Amino acid sequence: MAKAAVAEHSSGRKLFSSKIAGIVVWVTTIAWTVPTLGLFVTSLKTDEKILNEAWWVTLFKPDFTFDNYKNVFFGNGTESLSTGILPYFINSIVITLPATIFPIVIATMAAYALAWIRFRGSDFLFFSIFALQIVPLQMSLVPLLLLFTGGAHIGTVQIFPALGIAGDFAGIWLPHTMFALPLAIYLLHNFIASLPRDLMEAAHVDGASHFTVFRRIVLPLSIPGIAAIAIFQFLWVWNDLLIALTFASGTEEVAPINSKLSSLVGQYGSGYTQLSAGAFITIAVPLIVFFSLQRYFVRGLLAGSVK
Amino acid sequence: MSDFISANAPKFGSVLSVIFAFFAVLAVLFAIAGRANGKKARPIALTIFLGPALLLLLAGLVIPGVRTILFSFMNPDSNAFIGLDNYRWMLEDPNIKVIMINTILWILVVPLFTAALALLLAIMLDRTKRESIPKSLLFMPMAISFVGASIIFKFVYEYREPNEIQIGLLSSIVDFLGFTPSDWMLTKPLNSFLLMVIYVWTQMGFGMVILSAAIKGVPADIMEASALDGAKGWGLFRNITFPMVKGTFIVVLATGVVGALKIFDIVRTMTGGNFGTNVLANEMYSQTFVQFDQGKGSALAIVLFLLVTPVLVYNIRSLKKERSH
Repeated sequence: MAKAAVAEHSSGRKLFSSKIAGIVVWVTTIAWTVPTLGLFVTSLKTDEKILNEAWWVTLFKPDFTFDNYKNVFFGNGTESLSTGILPYFINSIVITLPATIFPIVIATMAAYALAWIRFRGSDFLFFSIFALQIVPLQMSLVPLLLLFTGGAHIGTVQIFPALGIAGDFAGIWLPHTMFALPLAIYLLHNFIASLPRDLMEAAHVDGASHFTVFRRIVLPLSIPGIAAIAIFQFLWVWNDLLIALTFASGTEEVAPINSKLSSLVGQYGSGYTQLSAGAFITIAVPLIVFFSLQRYFVRGLLAGSVK
Repeated sequence: MSDFISANAPKFGSVLSVIFAFFAVLAVLFAIAGRANGKKARPIALTIFLGPALLLLLAGLVIPGVRTILFSFMNPDSNAFIGLDNYRWMLEDPNIKVIMINTILWILVVPLFTAALALLLAIMLDRTKRESIPKSLLFMPMAISFVGASIIFKFVYEYREPNEIQIGLLSSIVDFLGFTPSDWMLTKPLNSFLLMVIYVWTQMGFGMVILSAAIKGVPADIMEASALDGAKGWGLFRNITFPMVKGTFIVVLATGVVGALKIFDIVRTMTGGNFGTNVLANEMYSQTFVQFDQGKGSALAIVLFLLVTPVLVYNIRSLKKERSH
């Protein structure tokens, strides 16, 4: 019975399958994939071929080398890249982990409070937080940077001390955490508010506090939602340029790989081998995350925009 | 190698200790506050659950937002009010005019193109047999940063002098078709559109995936019934499919408008805003952090804010409507 229904359903779809659709899809797919393939092949080209042979030619008479990766990772003594991009790669990891964990944890807690702790104005607060997405990053950059370097004053009275974290990792984690909250709270709220009411009420009847309910019931049940949003946040932080440029001085100590990469653009000649290999290293991490966790990724996307 | 370890061990050490400290503080708070009962239990729970988020939102978005509004009426160092001068500058400066035209082009062309292509592919995917492979390849650029995407396209748009071998895909294709390639990033106004292609390339998959899910949500019996009634092709699309996914299509459009308004990384990486390709978000960054004029930078940020607002207000409204059902 169930099988028949499934068969009927898919035959309904088949009514519309057509060869043209398949051709359009595959031609677009190839066009969409070729640029990335081009970067990858370019990154494997030898120095003398980089400017003298198109990558699709190299593809058919392979003469590949991994030297570019070695040079770009560990440095080749040129001025622009004396120590390689490895330190920046590590900075990216150091930035991304806390900047993913902090906002997700804080947002999950806030989402729980907004969904399950009754208080006056909770609906208003929820919409206000959602509405904060209106504020573009650009609107917060300067005052936030001033707050980090000089604290806050009213007149000449210091009401908030200088945090002294500008150009420090903490000075990058904090803005990422702040800016991630509106969307993360909104998405997690959708998820957490849809958990079964009976479960919460039963726990409270048994005398469980909000903290116990949160830890024992809400967290375990929200793992899929949390995972989806965490993947998004991870990619967002890893791929960010604006916050990195603003809050991390471009130094080897704190700057992430993406901002280093953008500063490498514009160097010609042999810079091209470094650029292609460096770019591929930078995009490799998100691509691995994407392909291995694609299911969660899509789920998070759908939770956010279709519902 | 030992150099490397000694240089980076402190970094990893600090990350691990910060994460550990974060969870330790939470655990202690939970343990202590969890014991409270009676009347105080709820306010304490509220403070601990909601307090950190509200504090961070206040310090990170609300207060800075207000300060930026004030800064936009102040001089470059934000220590004296100068009235509307920063806004007047915007109206009078010819560069800003170019920037505004470009920004408007971005918010018109990019969302429409992205959403239309996404819808086309979502429909075609629905009719394709093995859809998962093309779907994930079309979606893949979404995971790539704008900087990474820009570099990918830097190689696609690469131009060599006519007597040299063209190693850029675009130049080669143009060459192959019998035309003369030009230095694409210097060619106005084509260069702006070539930058938009990069954005569409990264974001189209997003629209496609959510539209594809919406199309799958159209009940099969409706499709079948209308097919039996003789609807097909364009008619089926116009009368059945599109009305059913219209809401999602608008979401894709709105996301595109907001994204295009804020576009920064692509322009910064590809042209630095030169050759007539500058946009609002990039000029805001340049005024603030290159020219060190916080007044003008803030005024530009306010314009950005005013342009984003209607789209997001629309989103909030439709969310409210949805919730009241």
